Amino acid sequence: MSTLNHYKEPEKQSHSTTSELLEYQRHDGPLNILGFWIFLATDLLLFACLFATYLVIRTHVDGGPTDKDLFEIPGFTIETILLLASSFTGSLAVYEMRHNDKKRLLGWLVVTVLLGLGFIGIEVSEFLSYIREGATMQRSAFLSAFFTLVGTHGSHVSLGIIWMISIIRQVAKYGIEPINARKVFIIGLYWHFLDIVWIFIFTVVYMTGVVS
Amino acid sequence: MNGSTQKHALFPIKNVIGFGLSLLLTFVAIALGVSHALAFGPVMMIIMGLAVLQIIVQLFFFMHFTESDGPAYHIIGLAIGIINTIAIIAGTLWIMTFNSQVH
Repeated sequence: MSTLNHYKEPEKQSHSTTSELLEYQRHDGPLNILGFWIFLATDLLLFACLFATYLVIRTHVDGGPTDKDLFEIPGFTIETILLLASSFTGSLAVYEMRHNDKKRLLGWLVVTVLLGLGFIGIEVSEFLSYIREGATMQRSAFLSAFFTLVGTHGSHVSLGIIWMISIIRQVAKYGIEPINARKVFIIGLYWHFLDIVWIFIFTVVYMTGVVS
Repeated sequence: MNGSTQKHALFPIKNVIGFGLSLLLTFVAIALGVSHALAFGPVMMIIMGLAVLQIIVQLFFFMHFTESDGPAYHIIGLAIGIINTIAIIAGTLWIMTFNSQVH
């Protein structure tokens, strides 16, 4: 019996206990969060298929431009830094939400959206410059796989931007309460997940092209 | 919520460390790739290792991976996702490059 009592009191100061967190307070909060983790696991499988395809046909250039010809270090490095920074500011948004600071929460969400837009802007201009050089999606198996993989990630980020803007509006209107807290936490998970996928695009697509 | 005002003095040190680590891992990867100090195989092995470390940084510094309301079912879900991801990629590469190995 004393062991049961002992078990009841975990450390309070860290957030390893969720009882004090707003996003876990409604009965559906934890379910939504668990469901979203499982969605991320399935989305990972979508990217796994695209990565596998890319790796198999990476060298099938049909006499057209290769990855080494195409990829330029400054461009994809800036994209990577923008996305890493947006992942950081997204985590700061959740941090401020948990300290009940609506202004800073909104501020960091806006910064995250702006960094995301910067990332998408550079990606679109990169794609357009490839297309101008004749490296279109139809040119070779390599380019089909490249545009599909990187484009699928880019469309995820674009969707995330629209989603985050709608959450900014919700928070501005209704403040920090359990439903909005859950929404902010989940968009945060989505955003960090896209950062992880990008790190692998950076490694498998761009760095492989530079090193080979 | 209550008690939040005195907490606010705290600096988001964990997030800042996470960001620093992710930048560091990225720059090490680029430096290794650009320097051509090693052959393609070893460089890619190391850079893939750095990418895996990036996942760990995101999960533990930003995504509150250890947090859960009750049993941590999300860890099982993600683990299945990762196992299947590895199976898909490794399996595809194995099958699709088999032809070039036997000829």
